[in-house]
Amino acid sequence: MDLKEKLISSFMAFENLVDVDSPVHDVRSEAIKVFETQGFPSKKEEAWKYTSLNSILKHDYSVFPKHENTVEYNDVKKYFIHDIDTYKIVFIDGKYASHLSQTTHDGIDVCLMSSALAKPKYQLIIENYFNKIATKDSLTSLNTAFSSEGAYIHIPKNKLAAKPIQIIHFSTGSESALMNQPRNLIVVDENSHVQIIERHQSLTDNPVLTNSVTEIYANKRAIVDYYKIQNDNENASLIDNTFINQKQESVASTHTFSFGGKLTRNNLNFYQNGERIDSTLKGVTIIGSKQHVDHNTLVHHIQPNCESHQDYKGIFGDSATGVFNGKVLVEKEAQKTNAFQANNNILVSDKASINTKPQLEIFADDVKCSHGCTIGQLDESAMFYMRSRGIPEKEAKALLMYAFSNNVLSSVKIPEIKQRITKIIATKLGVDIGFDL
Amino acid sequence: MSSMLKINNLHASVEDKAILRGINLEVKAGEVHAIMGPNGSGKSTLASVIAGKEEYEVSEGEILLNDENIDELAAEERAHKGIFLSFQYPVEIPGVSVTNFMKTAINETRKAKGLEDMPANEMLKLIREKSELLEIDRKFLSRSLNEGFSGGEKKRNEIFQMAMLEPKLAILDETDSGLDIDALRIVANGVNKLKSKDNAVIVITHYQRLLDYIVPDFVHVLYNGRIVKSGGKELAHELEEKGYDWIKEEVNA
Repeated sequence: MDLKEKLISSFMAFENLVDVDSPVHDVRSEAIKVFETQGFPSKKEEAWKYTSLNSILKHDYSVFPKHENTVEYNDVKKYFIHDIDTYKIVFIDGKYASHLSQTTHDGIDVCLMSSALAKPKYQLIIENYFNKIATKDSLTSLNTAFSSEGAYIHIPKNKLAAKPIQIIHFSTGSESALMNQPRNLIVVDENSHVQIIERHQSLTDNPVLTNSVTEIYANKRAIVDYYKIQNDNENASLIDNTFINQKQESVASTHTFSFGGKLTRNNLNFYQNGERIDSTLKGVTIIGSKQHVDHNTLVHHIQPNCESHQDYKGIFGDSATGVFNGKVLVEKEAQKTNAFQANNNILVSDKASINTKPQLEIFADDVKCSHGCTIGQLDESAMFYMRSRGIPEKEAKALLMYAFSNNVLSSVKIPEIKQRITKIIATKLGVDIGFDL
Repeated sequence: MSSMLKINNLHASVEDKAILRGINLEVKAGEVHAIMGPNGSGKSTLASVIAGKEEYEVSEGEILLNDENIDELAAEERAHKGIFLSFQYPVEIPGVSVTNFMKTAINETRKAKGLEDMPANEMLKLIREKSELLEIDRKFLSRSLNEGFSGGEKKRNEIFQMAMLEPKLAILDETDSGLDIDALRIVANGVNKLKSKDNAVIVITHYQRLLDYIVPDFVHVLYNGRIVKSGGKELAHELEEKGYDWIKEEVNA
């Protein structure tokens, strides 16, 4: 039985497990039909031309993980941003791990999707927001069909989440191969502000496939900063589907740091449903061996006077492969749009490759849209210059690569995240220098 | 006194094009040597080969630093042994500040010598002291290395780095080009203050101008990849007056 068949046949059992009377029962049933019709995407589809899922779909994934929360905080502390106080929503093999978490209902709701789906007091939010901007493509639908657990965050009007929120998904070795389908819902109401850090981390070498869906609603004048730290081990793969709906004058930013994993696909979609909206999409990808990272972004400019800024940097070594497909869609009504997109790449090995494809579809006539992509090598003259001053080859390379990524890092608002990323980059590049730029 | 740098019959080429065709040069501690010569004679190549640029292939001869053959050493290892090259065209490195670059260079050099990182306060003191010597504004130090610097700023920054690293052998490749007279004076003053009986300087230049400020003990003329004439500082004046044609004629005769 292939994975598709296994998932479809598991669905009934799953529905019985999570409660057939659930308000999202119909949504799930719809979704599994979509998945059944479409199946997993193949390279024949334009959006998947450069990313094949074949190598990760061949495993016999367990769809219903056993409930074993044996992970101790001290063993996994290093995966947390632990030097500042944060709320934490932590899952192990898809199940909530209360002993590692710190949730709240004090003015804001930082809790679980399973409670939000079950309890009447959340019903209105679920009705208004759940699965409203998630697209009906096959992978998102697959997640919707199995959606039962994940983070639920609601910041009501005029509230500031006092601490950043960490959403961390661990997978352990208690299953030979594991498929996770986390589902997050984040609703930030008028004038409110939240900072979120998301991480997926496998704790063993067993294959893991995570198909995650996150819906984020930034309502009027809300500010949302989202950081994705993708530094998983090389048997873990991630398909991240994130949808951000912005209302008037909201400011939303995502920073995606992709260093780990076997295969990572980021489907990141911004919808500007209001005027004077600001959207920022930034990313740094540094990969080697046979790793693959694919950024597939969409910024949909629907209303006038909005801005979007995309800046993705990639460094590819060994036989690593990368994809950047950035679509900017400017509707006829979206006059005075200011859309900027840049994708710069460095190939440090002859076998590494990157496919980069800007895609601009502009139907308005009074807009400023720019895009640029570059693919290059490390500057040899800069290398000699640095080495002639006593900086060894490896360190000189690392310094150049870090400097290359610095544009993206400089807009990270939480210093501890910046420090952490800096450390991960140093480890990744095998150097012991501070990059104290 | 034994020599600091000794170059014996050095031949070097790039992409099979011979550029250096048998250089012999000996530099002792405490000395200042000027290397002059027309365009394309191999001056910058000589500087790059001594500093360890990998594009050049040394086909014959040897370079000895304090009697040790350095032919097989990487550029950074030569730097750790005290060789410094002030670039004719310093490279712009966006995203790396002057200060951080210097910190990394100094600490990597210390690491190579088995020393701990320089303490932060000591580093700051050193930076302050040396930037004052070169009359460099503090704000300048937090800018990206050479990015958007004027020609003069780049050269001053090179000598600032030299002051920070305190090399045994400094090679100044056309440090005077692009400098106005005030900047030239500041740069020369910096070099002179760093000069001691324990280190040596090789000044590569087209013109005699810089040599009014950094007075050489020896002047060598490089032509067609060979040193064709050597003399005292008066040779530089003669070249300034008469140009290089008489040298070419002598050689070709």
